[in-house]
Amino acid sequence: MKSAFFLNLLTLGLLVAFAATGCKKPQKGVTPIPAAKGGTVASAQPRGPATPPSVPPGGALPGGGGTAGTETPRETPLKTGPEGIEQAPPETFDGMVMDPATFKDQVVYFEFDSSVVRTSQYPQANAVADHLKQNSAQKLLIDGHCDERGTEEYNRSLGERRALALREYLARQGVLPERVKTRSWGEDRPADPGHDEEAWARNRRGEFILLLPQ
Amino acid sequence: MKSLNPSILLLILGLLASDARAASEEELALERWVRGRVKPIPISLSGYSGEVATVLRFDLEVAGCAIVSEDQAQFLLKGTNNGQVEGRLSDAISKATRLAKAYSGGTPRSQAHALADDVIQELTGKPGIARTKIACRVARGPNFEIYVSDYDGHGAVAVTQDNTVAAAPAWVPGRRALFYTTYKFGNADIVSHDLGSGARQVVARHTGSNMSPAVSPDGRRVAMILSKGGSPDLYVGNLDGTGLQQLTRTPEDESSPCWSPDGRWIAFATKMNGRRVLAKIPTEGGQVQRIATSGVANPTEPDWSPDGRLIAFTAQMGNFEICVVPASGGEAQLLVGGQDPSWAPNSRTLIFTKRGRAGQRTLSLLDVPTRQNKDVAHNLGGCSQPSWAR
Repeated sequence: MKSAFFLNLLTLGLLVAFAATGCKKPQKGVTPIPAAKGGTVASAQPRGPATPPSVPPGGALPGGGGTAGTETPRETPLKTGPEGIEQAPPETFDGMVMDPATFKDQVVYFEFDSSVVRTSQYPQANAVADHLKQNSAQKLLIDGHCDERGTEEYNRSLGERRALALREYLARQGVLPERVKTRSWGEDRPADPGHDEEAWARNRRGEFILLLPQ
Repeated sequence: MKSLNPSILLLILGLLASDARAASEEELALERWVRGRVKPIPISLSGYSGEVATVLRFDLEVAGCAIVSEDQAQFLLKGTNNGQVEGRLSDAISKATRLAKAYSGGTPRSQAHALADDVIQELTGKPGIARTKIACRVARGPNFEIYVSDYDGHGAVAVTQDNTVAAAPAWVPGRRALFYTTYKFGNADIVSHDLGSGARQVVARHTGSNMSPAVSPDGRRVAMILSKGGSPDLYVGNLDGTGLQQLTRTPEDESSPCWSPDGRWIAFATKMNGRRVLAKIPTEGGQVQRIATSGVANPTEPDWSPDGRLIAFTAQMGNFEICVVPASGGEAQLLVGGQDPSWAPNSRTLIFTKRGRAGQRTLSLLDVPTRQNKDVAHNLGGCSQPSWAR
């Protein structure tokens, strides 16, 4: 009987203590960032190492292999073409040569905040599908773009969704999805730098870049 | 088994009930802090000149003070900056000295920041943010580079010089290292970058786009939006990109992941039933839950406050609006026009991007309780996607 009473008292005591502390979550301290020295005379505590005056530029990134494209290094000597004009080496993507010219008129446009491929845009997409079905060694890169009216990372994701929607459309026309790569530029590469409806409509687009074997 | 003495039971129930009341009082206080407007602390400055005066003014105003004349002030900050910055903070009525300090070493600017921080610590009981850092991206012609600067925009240094598009810088908590997206290889890939050594490592270079990195509060994992599965989905992996776990599998485009400070949840933007919403998912995987943001439409780009209580985000309703909502969801509060907010370590100040009519981008600072808003002191031009180091 006595032990039951003390057990109740203990429970009560714990509950009182529990209620009193109010279940506070532990507060994380401010992350210390090395700051320029500015200690107080009073405290005489050093504030930490000084921030270096400059950040070393980003080191070289391993560029070999992987699924992404490679930008041709600028040190490569320029070739001289038959006209005697120096030609920049063509850019590659996924080990294939990029040809943005073939489909430059086949741009597909989208409605605001949408990745739906509209019937009005089918002719462009169909032209791309037809070419790819006749040239089985070639592949395709689809660039998705947005206008500036979305937020930047939302637009990066939406641009990718647009490129993927076109890839899905091409798959329905008989182009194997394995032949089609997607890339999003968000709002970072507008076709029209303007800030009105006309410019925005021209920026909400998917562009097709033909990929040719090397 | 003997049952509990009924009077003890009543006491326990009473205590439990009062504990529940305490929780809703905290919610009420949060509501007042967010919905009402806290008055700025009126403070007067005298004896300072030049850059030090400018810095003190800026830091104190961003921190929620109003610089007023002595007769209107509640606190007086008097001092000098001849040779070194000195300051004495006193109560205007009682004349009691709250602090008296002198600073040595560093630059006049950094000494002024240190004094501002000490004043704020004294007046609010919380650490100031005048000596914190931010990362952002800056437009350079057709390209974008990552920069790091003081929170007010001064002392900016270029982190990248790749002559390509870089985006979405995210700090590794507690370390001088950043994750960001770069198109250096002709695709949207995610890299990590140690700011001390300059060493970089490719983290995600999968087929499709690799976007929007966010590092966990314990600095051990990274959340990313990857489209390698056929749709932009939320993934979590180790810091080096290994051990990938796919958390969402939707035909919609997820974007902008951010971690809860206890590391248990990831909040992100997505679509449900055709409507743009904020949602969260347990970091070990599970059910996606909507975070209600009633009163506003098209929420995106969430950022979870370091104290866990609020989520700041962008609502897109004609213009972009910076909003906050309790972390558990509920009624959203509009704060100021802008986009892409990032919390300071004090869970009180936000940095965000302001966009002009002609598309110009500037970074801007907001003190949430007082709604005081100041553009960064030094404008890098074409600056966006700020991330506050925590």
